[in-house]
Amino acid sequence: MAGETRDIKLKIDHVEKIYEGRTGKMIALNGVDLDIMENEFICVVGPSGCGKSTLLNIIAGLLDATSGAVYLDGKKIDGTGTERGVVFQQYALFPWLTVLKNVMFGLKLKGMPDDEAKEIAMKYIKMVQLEDFVNSYPKELSGGMKQRVAIARAYAVQPEVLLMDEPFGALDAQTRTQLQAELVRTWQEEKKTCFFITHDVEEAIILANRVIVMSARPGRIKTIVDIDLPYPRTQDLKMEKQFLDLKAHIWGEVYKEYLEVRK
Amino acid sequence: MDEKKQKGLIDRIPNAGWLFLSFLAAILLWYLLSINEKTGRSFPFVPSILKAVQTVVDRGILAEDFISSMISVVLGFAFGFVTAVPAAFLMAWYRPVQYIVEPWIQFIRNIPPLAYVPLVVISAGVGRKPQVIVIWLATFLIMTVTIYQGVRNVDETLIKAARVLGAKDKDLFVKVIFPATTPFILTAVRLGVSVALTTLIAAESTGATAGMGMRIRSFSNSFEVAPMLLYIILIGIIGITSEKIIKMLERRLTGWQEKREI
Ligand SMILES: Nc1ncnc2c1ncn2[C@@H]1O[C@H](COP(=O)(O)OP(=O)(O)O)[C@@H](O)[C@H]1O
Ligand SMILES: [Mg+2]
Repeated sequence: MAGETRDIKLKIDHVEKIYEGRTGKMIALNGVDLDIMENEFICVVGPSGCGKSTLLNIIAGLLDATSGAVYLDGKKIDGTGTERGVVFQQYALFPWLTVLKNVMFGLKLKGMPDDEAKEIAMKYIKMVQLEDFVNSYPKELSGGMKQRVAIARAYAVQPEVLLMDEPFGALDAQTRTQLQAELVRTWQEEKKTCFFITHDVEEAIILANRVIVMSARPGRIKTIVDIDLPYPRTQDLKMEKQFLDLKAHIWGEVYKEYLEVRK
Repeated sequence: MDEKKQKGLIDRIPNAGWLFLSFLAAILLWYLLSINEKTGRSFPFVPSILKAVQTVVDRGILAEDFISSMISVVLGFAFGFVTAVPAAFLMAWYRPVQYIVEPWIQFIRNIPPLAYVPLVVISAGVGRKPQVIVIWLATFLIMTVTIYQGVRNVDETLIKAARVLGAKDKDLFVKVIFPATTPFILTAVRLGVSVALTTLIAAESTGATAGMGMRIRSFSNSFEVAPMLLYIILIGIIGITSEKIIKMLERRLTGWQEKREI
């Protein structure tokens, strides 16, 4: 078994999620199977409401699957764990803590002494180039800076897997492009397995090793597209035929699902 | 052009200047009221008030009334606060508690305390005890409702974020829910103090032997208008001073907030 699953970091094994509300049952995920390799960068695209966030929350351990399971290094996950970090779209910074204290939050929870936690936090604050803002409060930062802090905070506890739910969705195009490049750079500096949700097909192609297209309700994996382009993928790439073909292909798949939802 | 010039003038007068003008306007209005035959009976002008200060200080009742009222307010508020915090958290965490308790909190909160003071006096007797109980009840109600809103308003993604960073239930409470609720707790304190002061007068309406509210009624019985007006002004000063102090505290402690609510 060890030989066979050596490189599989996350195994999503027939995960099903049914929400039971007052209006009845809602099948959000209908048997999702996916193997994610160590250090792989996965992007998930799909029409809104297809269960992307639900899947991410199950991997994070914030939600329980109705059936099926997720395995991390072959071990079934149960609840949250610091080996899986999460970056949320709405930043989710603690507004009463400074940038430094936000990044130190997870380290302090581990019981790490202050100076050691501070040292590690500073390293990651420098990584996201916010060393001039260590003592600022979140309200004093722009959206892009907030998300950088959130990324530093997730990195600081040194997770093996980074789960990101449309982290750049609320940012303007320019900031988004910049953060994409930074994210690839940090991912190359400190390899991690990334699971990144986006509704932006270009973003997915810039970032991912593989793009997962999910189908409309009930959510399933529809297609997996390999992106065999070398990193770092610059903006110029967006003009090239290979990129445009991939974009047309993925966009076409997503669009069909979008029409599905409309029906 | 004209408007522009006007705006320039408005902006050029410093806040202290406006405060002074506002003060002057009030004095002027007061003076007008005092020279009118009818309203003059209720609003004796400044010299009479100054004389009244002399009188109440000489009689030794000013300090006595002030201290007595403050003891009732502080005790009632303190009991109200220490009971409102756990009540609010219980309501926010256990929905059955909320379903059963909240309608009654809202119901009683809408009854003016003056209405139920006699009822409390019947059980608690005269003196300070009923005053403290009534202030306790009134501050408990308003603070429970406010803090409860705060606990319910804690952003769920913050709790998720803390969880994935390794927070256990105890950490969640100490490091997320409590700080996130602080602005509401401070608002609750401000509203609680305000309610405590307004309730005080009602609380002293029956069977009190000293206190600002009790004294106002006794002045009224003996037609001593100037000291009565003096006491009313003093109550206003106490109210606005305590509010300013708490607002300062709020700014100090919750300056991290994106937007400040009223
Ligand atoms: N807590 C919940 N209770 C009931 N239904 C939910 C809940 N969370 C999500 N859903 C529903 O499940 C579906 C998938 O939601 P979600 O995973 O958020 O989709 P996505 O992130 O792809 O937009 C949606 O139809 C949504 O309305
Ligand atoms: Mg989503």
